[in-house]
Amino acid sequence: MRGAPTRRLGGLILHRAVILLFTAFAVFPFYWMAITAFKQNADLYVGATNTQHNPFIFNQPPTLDHLRILFGQTLYPTWLVNTLVIGAVVVAITLVLTVPAGYALARLTGRWGERLSIGIFLTYLVPPTLLFIPFSRLMSVLGLQNSRWALIVIYPTFTVPFCTWLLMGFFKSLPREIEESAMVDGCSRVGAIWRMALPLAAPGILTVVIFAMTLVIQEFVYSLTFISSVRLMTISGGVPVALVRGDVYYWGSLMAACLITSVPIAVLYNVFLDRFIAGFTVGAVK
Amino acid sequence: MLAPALAYILLLVALPFVAAVLLSLTNSSAGSLDVSFVGFRNFRAVVGNPVFKRALWNTFVFTFVSQVLVIAFGNILARALMRRFRGKTIARFLILMPWAAPISLATLGWLWIFDSTFSVINWVLKVVGYFGPGQWYYWLGDPTLGMVAIVTVHVWRMLPFSTVILIAGLSSIPAEVHEAADIDGAGTLSKAFYVTVPMMLPILSVALLFGVVFTFTDMSVVYLLTRGGPFNSTHVLASLAFQDGVLGGDVGRGAAIAIFLLPVLVVMAILTLRVSRRAEVA
Repeated sequence: MRGAPTRRLGGLILHRAVILLFTAFAVFPFYWMAITAFKQNADLYVGATNTQHNPFIFNQPPTLDHLRILFGQTLYPTWLVNTLVIGAVVVAITLVLTVPAGYALARLTGRWGERLSIGIFLTYLVPPTLLFIPFSRLMSVLGLQNSRWALIVIYPTFTVPFCTWLLMGFFKSLPREIEESAMVDGCSRVGAIWRMALPLAAPGILTVVIFAMTLVIQEFVYSLTFISSVRLMTISGGVPVALVRGDVYYWGSLMAACLITSVPIAVLYNVFLDRFIAGFTVGAVK
Repeated sequence: MLAPALAYILLLVALPFVAAVLLSLTNSSAGSLDVSFVGFRNFRAVVGNPVFKRALWNTFVFTFVSQVLVIAFGNILARALMRRFRGKTIARFLILMPWAAPISLATLGWLWIFDSTFSVINWVLKVVGYFGPGQWYYWLGDPTLGMVAIVTVHVWRMLPFSTVILIAGLSSIPAEVHEAADIDGAGTLSKAFYVTVPMMLPILSVALLFGVVFTFTDMSVVYLLTRGGPFNSTHVLASLAFQDGVLGGDVGRGAAIAIFLLPVLVVMAILTLRVSRRAEVA
């Protein structure tokens, strides 16, 4: 009879160990970014051969120098503005394209509706690494090389399919009767959608805004391919390319930039996680 | 109402997709707008190139190894996170972070961890006495260690994604099913094999599909960690296509390399359709 509690205790310890181990693995690079961002250079650049110097802790008092450099002497603030402006325009384009499309797909019945929605979802599988080559030709024909417009034209290629799919799911969950009753009361079809369906779909639309924005902030390949002027770069393109001067890495400022960009997005993802999963699971979970 | 979205997708996804295929059959280059058809010359040149062969091999190795690890760890982690425990919310938040962080910035964090002089991993290995005198790991300057580093970053990044999808799958299995299996006398193992795994299959394949597509077509991790080096030994298809087609300006050749991503993507697309159809029936 002594076996069961012991086994339960063993299971408990194993469970905590698994959680602890994976959390440590997930978090370590961020911890490392954080400690690097606030360490003095003398504390930072001690070779790893020195076993007396523990790199996991502050051996000298922390400093805000790297943050000061990042915001005062680098183009990080410019990149932040670029990213947010491009993000805002892309979000607007995405909403204009996906809200009507998501609604239409949700209300389209029969084979065609289903085929179209799956077709749109499949375009999400087409990777940037296949498209950047034709896009580079297209941009030189349009004269948009090294222009923020190139990114504004291209970024909806990944926001539109995913967001259409997300919104379709949202509109499907709204009963048709809502618009029908509004139409009985004398609304036009467009009026019924505008006054009844859209306000009810507000959470879905908010999700789309958040995800389109975070996808823009995360994007790296197109940004690297199409923007060559340092002043025009986005954060995810500028930090890896232009914060590194020649062979000299300013690790303190670099890690500060990585950390303060990543954490807000992580918070947003966490809040919207369940809706986001719904967009990926393609109805494999009912 | 569908027209604007469809028109955009046709113009900027479908057409460029076709253009990618066509460009691979031309001598198009970044310098000039003259383009002429050269048949399969790019493909012949590419296939005979040892750097390409290595990149093709690497792409499959990276994808396979990292996805096996991700699915294995993801199952363990998802089950652990299904239980109730104190601090679960914060644990979930922290575990999700690698997926949320912009890939280029997260990879920079790893670049610093793998730094040849200041690598914290080397410090630990030295302190615990794993390194003999004078022994040292140049993580990104060695083909094997470089591949280990790249796989580590891929696993780190994809694990949260698979875990949350698997959690969605696990929580979709009704409690009655487990109860029924218990009443029928099923043990832990047989329950896992006859109940959980079959019921998880659709969702497991979703996690795998996206994991494969994201890893197989990614160039950010390789580009930022090793630039394909040392001696082009850690390139993948996507990073090689970028190096030749965009940086090198040989558009036709870059397109030909990128086309090799297609067969796997097509297989994945067909599998996605199957899964979604089966889920519709169930």
